[in-house]
Amino acid sequence: MGAILAVLFAVSVAAAAVNGRMEALTGAVVQSAQQAVALALGLAGVMALWLGLMKVAEEAGLVGLLARAARPLLRRLFPEVPPDHPAMGAMLMNLSANLLGLGNAATPFGLEAMRRLEELKPAPGPASDAQALFCAMNTASLQLVPATVIALRAAAGSRAPAEIIGATLLATSCSIVVAVAAAKGLRRLYPGPPAQGGPADRPPPSPPGGAGGGASPC
Amino acid sequence: MLRHALELASAWAVPLLVAGIPLFALARKVKVYPAFVEGAKQGFETAVRIMPPLVAVLVALGMLRASGALDLAARALGPLTGRLGIPAPVLPLLLVRPLSGGGALGVVGDVLRSEGPDSYAGRLASVMAGSTETTFYVLAVYMGAVGITRYRQALPAALLADLAGFAASVLVVRALFS
Repeated sequence: MGAILAVLFAVSVAAAAVNGRMEALTGAVVQSAQQAVALALGLAGVMALWLGLMKVAEEAGLVGLLARAARPLLRRLFPEVPPDHPAMGAMLMNLSANLLGLGNAATPFGLEAMRRLEELKPAPGPASDAQALFCAMNTASLQLVPATVIALRAAAGSRAPAEIIGATLLATSCSIVVAVAAAKGLRRLYPGPPAQGGPADRPPPSPPGGAGGGASPC
Repeated sequence: MLRHALELASAWAVPLLVAGIPLFALARKVKVYPAFVEGAKQGFETAVRIMPPLVAVLVALGMLRASGALDLAARALGPLTGRLGIPAPVLPLLLVRPLSGGGALGVVGDVLRSEGPDSYAGRLASVMAGSTETTFYVLAVYMGAVGITRYRQALPAALLADLAGFAASVLVVRALFS
């Protein structure tokens, strides 16, 4: 992100020099910074309303209800995780909290799920299939109400800030389907840890550096 | 049919949740007001927390626009992305979204202000931002928490999911709002 910003700043200054717009550029710098704060403050009201409601929902046990409803589905997605293993519970809570848009509240469940999935691995090392799938699902941003975007639209004076809920739900469903399909379909291309649940007496997997070059940017 | 159902869902979702959640909580004997206030406090904290990244991104975008660089890029890339249904102001979102949540919000805010929230570009940016995640951040946090440095198929799968989210956003916004 830092490199991108630096390049953007430099490109802008160069373009302003070529176009003879240096004064306009100076004005834009100051004005944009002020707009950023105004934008964030405009968000505050709707965000507060929404996170307040979500906290109420959480304490009323809605997260737990959602988690129970999702159990059969998760069993099929993660056949290698025993259904009554604590990892399953943590993943359910995480996905339910994400669905409700709890964001920050979802993260602790997610980290707990990763820790429990790690326990299922015979040895530390590359991500297991379950860990990779769980992470990919998390990056697909499945949520019922995109509260932040709605808040932004309201702050910008939209006539119908919430009208994008249905469209967002459709689009994010596509992205989560692709996330699951890709995580399942691509697993053979990336050498993983030794087979899960198997005894540890088999030889260790081939040394790293095989087809797993895709992980380099991280 | 589908379009009508989605319009209905969009219109009813917020009112139903606003009325339904507190009622449900009351029935469950939750102390609604203190819980609400505690959650709402987080809303303000969130607003303050996203301010620094917003400043960085909005200043960068403001500079790109004022310098004429964005016009140049739009003229160069416009014919291609325009045919894909992605207007020039939305382009930066594709780059920033997987990297930075605050940055993506900045781009969306910028599009909403310059193009209008109820324009095609405004709706598209809204749906794109709502249907994708800060992929690199999520992976770094989740994998890093258990000390995994080799993400295996998680990274390509997550990036493919982002791509699918972007493409689906274009198709869905076109189908529903035009």
